[in-house]
Amino acid sequence: MRTPRTTIRRKLILAIMLTSTTALALAGTALTIHEVTSLRALLARELATRAAILAANSTAALAFQNPEDASQVLAGLRTDPSIVAAALYDARGGVFATYPMGASAPLVPAAAGAMGNRLERASLLVSRPVMEGNRRLGSLFLRSDLRALDERVRAQVMAILVAVLGSMGVALALSAWLQGGIAQPVRILAETAKAVLDRKDYSVRARAVSDDELGVLAEGFNDMLAEIQRRDAELEQRVADRTAALEASNKELEAFSYSVSHDLRAPLRAIDGFSKALLEDCGDKLDQVGTKHLDRVRTATRQMGQLIDDLLNLARISRAELRRERFDLGAVGKEIAAELKRAQPEREGVQFVIAEGMTVVADTQLLRVVLDNLLRNAWKFTAKHPTARIELGQHRDNGHRVFFVTDDGAGFDMAHANLLFAPFQRLHRQSDFEGTGVGLATVQRIIHRHGGQLWADGAVERGASFSFTLSEVKS
Amino acid sequence: MTNTTILMAEDNPNDEELTLRALRKYNVSNEVVVVRDGQEALDYLFCAGEYASRSVNVQPQVILLDINLPKVNGLEVLKRIRADKRTRTLPVVMLTSSAEERDRFAAYEHHANSYIRKPVDFDQFTEAVRHLGLYWLVLNQPPPAPRSGNGR
Repeated sequence: MRTPRTTIRRKLILAIMLTSTTALALAGTALTIHEVTSLRALLARELATRAAILAANSTAALAFQNPEDASQVLAGLRTDPSIVAAALYDARGGVFATYPMGASAPLVPAAAGAMGNRLERASLLVSRPVMEGNRRLGSLFLRSDLRALDERVRAQVMAILVAVLGSMGVALALSAWLQGGIAQPVRILAETAKAVLDRKDYSVRARAVSDDELGVLAEGFNDMLAEIQRRDAELEQRVADRTAALEASNKELEAFSYSVSHDLRAPLRAIDGFSKALLEDCGDKLDQVGTKHLDRVRTATRQMGQLIDDLLNLARISRAELRRERFDLGAVGKEIAAELKRAQPEREGVQFVIAEGMTVVADTQLLRVVLDNLLRNAWKFTAKHPTARIELGQHRDNGHRVFFVTDDGAGFDMAHANLLFAPFQRLHRQSDFEGTGVGLATVQRIIHRHGGQLWADGAVERGASFSFTLSEVKS
Repeated sequence: MTNTTILMAEDNPNDEELTLRALRKYNVSNEVVVVRDGQEALDYLFCAGEYASRSVNVQPQVILLDINLPKVNGLEVLKRIRADKRTRTLPVVMLTSSAEERDRFAAYEHHANSYIRKPVDFDQFTEAVRHLGLYWLVLNQPPPAPRSGNGR
């Protein structure tokens, strides 16, 4: 199992932090904007009030055209450092008095301008008329420095920032604590899964740590493990049962084969032996017909003996353990061909063509049985032809090696090809070609045990070809 | 001391008759003692039971031993022959119907001198018995008799 690149713990903290930081940042920004606006409004109100008071105090100075009094009134502004300049204008709009004394443009306008509030860069400018009753005596101008306001705003924003950062710290601590409730059970679950996989031990269980969906998940995980364990046990039991049954039936089969080989052969030996004894001891009392009958009894007996041997061989081949080794099929084929020629040297017209380089990894003894059967068959079914060609070779088909034994002998009718490999099935009369009909069944069983396929092609009097594959095993 | 007796352990009367017939055919004149089961074979060799009066020092020239014998099977008889000093060197020829690998293996493992399968074909059977007689009774030199006479 791979190790995760990141952890749920980190992801959860990240999610919580991102959410809380965004919320805090938005709230902080909104708060700051609100602070700034309300501070400005407050300042404007304050300034308006001060201007109203100042205007009221200035009416006498303006009414009596006393600039000294007016300057005195304006000098009272000293107590408020945020007011940097002020001016009184007379009814015609000319400068009457200034604060500080002698201030001129651009600190104060040279002539009275429009009434009302105005923002100019870092200053708030207020102009209002000075009235006595309904008579306008002149106007008042105030310049308030906004830097003080900026300082207040900065202090506010700093306070908000500190609050946000503090909240984030608290959020981080909280999220680290809260994620445990989710990440911990998941981590435990992941560790359990890893332990199960690493040790192939299905008896491991995840601790149930939470009562939420993760708890359900852990429970489900445990149930799954229990189910796997149960199935494992069941499968093992089943395999053990089957193996026992198989062993029993194998033993039975072995006992059966054993008794067949002993008990069936003994009476056959007696039939043949005493037939011979009859011929030898009482031959003079038998006529030609009687002698012939006894010959038939003996022939049949020997055939049955051969049949029993072939059948036992077939049974043995099904049971025998495969012992695969690397060897050359061609070398084995050549030995068998030499053996056949030695047994019937009079058949000079038979030519064996055996390919080189047919190295396979298979059971040598069993493959010898295969080649012996196929080459012997080819030898047998070409017996009625004066000349014959028997070939053992290989070719490639779809990347698979196909081995074949081909002859140009009696062949067979493809219509009956399906009977070829069934035990006791023969396509030729006993009087034409001898045989028990077990050979090809044996060949097929050996090829199947090697994971290969066996098939035949042929035509009457045009020869037969037997092809087989072997599962490719590297050794 | 060995004499020229052949001990044949064979429970099938037909096989017994056919073997004797084949031996006769090739003029084997040696005395053939036939025992019908493994226990009888052991009694004969170790002079017990029915053969108590026999001398253990006189042993057959060759033993023809079937595997499928009643009471004590042929392989067990072979094992006991090889386990006893008095009989350990006796030539034992397994003469049996079985061609099973495990029987052949067991026979040689217990030091059988030869293993011959009885063919169904009587002509082959007589041929086998002829070879057997020629080899074990004529060609083969038997082991010398054990020196001690008191059966150790």
